[in-house]
Amino acid sequence: MKSTAALVLTLLLIAVAAAAPFAIYPVLLMKILCFALFASAFNLLAGFTGLMSFGHAAFLGTGAYAAGYFIKQWGVTPEIALLLAMACVALLGLAMGALAIRRHGIYFSMVTLALSQMVFFFFLQSRFTGGEDGMQGVPRGRLFGIISLNDDLALYYFVLTVCVLALLLIWRIVHSPFGRVLDSIRENEQRALSLGYEVGRFKLMTFTMSAALSGLAGGAKTLVFGFATLVDAQWHTSGEVILMTLLGGMGTLSGPVVGSTIVVLLQNVLADKVGSKVTIIMGLIFMVCVVTFRKGIIGELSEVLRPMRPDGARRGETASHGDAPAAEIG
Amino acid sequence: MEIFGVSVQALSGQLLLGVVNGSFYAILSLGLAVIFGLLNIVNFAHGAFFMLGAYVAWAGIAQLHFNYWFSLLLAPVAVGFLGIVVEALFLRRLYKFDHIYGLLFTFGLALVLEGFFRDQFGVSGQQYAVPVQLRGTFDAGFMRMPVYRAWVVVAALSVCLATWYVIERTKLGSYLRAATENPALLRSFGVNTAALVNLTYGFGVGLAAFAGVLAAPVVQVNPLMGSNVIIIVFAVVVIGGMGSIAGSIVTGLTLGILEALAKVYYPESSSTVVFAIMALVLMVRPAGLFGRDAVAP
Repeated sequence: MKSTAALVLTLLLIAVAAAAPFAIYPVLLMKILCFALFASAFNLLAGFTGLMSFGHAAFLGTGAYAAGYFIKQWGVTPEIALLLAMACVALLGLAMGALAIRRHGIYFSMVTLALSQMVFFFFLQSRFTGGEDGMQGVPRGRLFGIISLNDDLALYYFVLTVCVLALLLIWRIVHSPFGRVLDSIRENEQRALSLGYEVGRFKLMTFTMSAALSGLAGGAKTLVFGFATLVDAQWHTSGEVILMTLLGGMGTLSGPVVGSTIVVLLQNVLADKVGSKVTIIMGLIFMVCVVTFRKGIIGELSEVLRPMRPDGARRGETASHGDAPAAEIG
Repeated sequence: MEIFGVSVQALSGQLLLGVVNGSFYAILSLGLAVIFGLLNIVNFAHGAFFMLGAYVAWAGIAQLHFNYWFSLLLAPVAVGFLGIVVEALFLRRLYKFDHIYGLLFTFGLALVLEGFFRDQFGVSGQQYAVPVQLRGTFDAGFMRMPVYRAWVVVAALSVCLATWYVIERTKLGSYLRAATENPALLRSFGVNTAALVNLTYGFGVGLAAFAGVLAAPVVQVNPLMGSNVIIIVFAVVVIGGMGSIAGSIVTGLTLGILEALAKVYYPESSSTVVFAIMALVLMVRPAGLFGRDAVAP
């Protein structure tokens, strides 16, 4: 019953997303898609595994620069550029993850933040990134060497396809036996360890996958805007993705999508009206979120709706994941 | 005279700057450690309070023409009071949840403070001269020592040592340590732990503001000065661990000096050297240099 409803809802959402560019400016929609993917990738680590990374901007930024570099310097087609960018970021994620998982809880957060700052300085000082000016004028190119992506609509459907596939992959990971182990690590790491799971390896694999998917989001972002800047790799961006995920609902599949849509739209509207005060408003939303609804919009909603569902007592994903971050993380 | 191709004069100048920065790291990581010990909150807003201290001093001295010594006292007290209000209104509600929420809340607070000052003053730095009483240099034997820098090191380290003394050697400090260990038990002895926690946050934040006042004439007073330094201090804390007060002081100073050496011998690495050392420490000694347990926290 429930899974059919979810399937219908998902298909409906995809249909809406497919029709949306005829009503809304496609570039804005693509920005939302990129951040939805970024937040979902982050959520795989933070929400489903309980590892609160404060350094995911490094992955978005590296993905963005790498895709731009491969397109400009090597002249590869967009899909190859995205794959290569993902591979680069996966390697970075592997290295950063191997260091970061040596510590737990808030120390993990601080380590990831510090390491991502290191990546930021690397991009700041490297020549190929264009430093403070950013990497400008990245052409969109032709998909598979055939289809021109210069048309916003064509690029939109490409980005939409990439994002939907990536989100499906995340959904598959979460609902696999592997995902169950991640669940158990988040709920009680010691017990998972004593049951014989190599917790470190699971964490590192998830860290790497989360990084690679964030890199994919960064690469797609470069395609959309035609440039990559230091903002992508800055610590503010790491905070932003946490805000998106927290606002939507940590540890829920749809939460990050909802959260990133709200945040990107809000930034879009606010930037015209209040200009530089956007940071203040983002900070306030953060504070309100943490104090009043830690489960996020989707988490709180499913909490409200749960008693009305006949199968509410069963261990549904929304029920258990909703209050996940409140459980032992560190 | 030269050491590895760098004149002693230039080297000692950079080293002094390293000690100055190191004492800021020490005082900031000390505040973080004190707050974390009692509140179990990693205070991301620490950098913002550091910045706030610098702005209060700037406003007091450059705009309202207050006495320097008065401003040095006023800024930590004012900012500390703000911290007390923040703790009483918000942080208090978060203790029963996972530690990460404290970090997230103070992150939001840091964004608000930083955004506010950026909106008001822009990103460019404010002019803030060294106070008249502390201008000039004196002969320290091996180099001409600027009075102000010497004063910063002395003041910062005195405050660090005083804090260490209060926590490790006094009655009040024993309450603090007891509250870190077992707050419920301490409460049953009739100690008002809520007030203790409240004042500790105010004190820790005040320390950050004090460092901010000291830093104001050395670095540019700008809205981003806090977030730039706090990320380095996080790395310092990961290296040294938050368990030991003496550990934070030693680690802070050492890293400041190492950063200065990097600036002299390989300038490109100066912004990342602390992070690189952190990575190295994580590889060799995952629990940190002063970590107490074999298992890393």
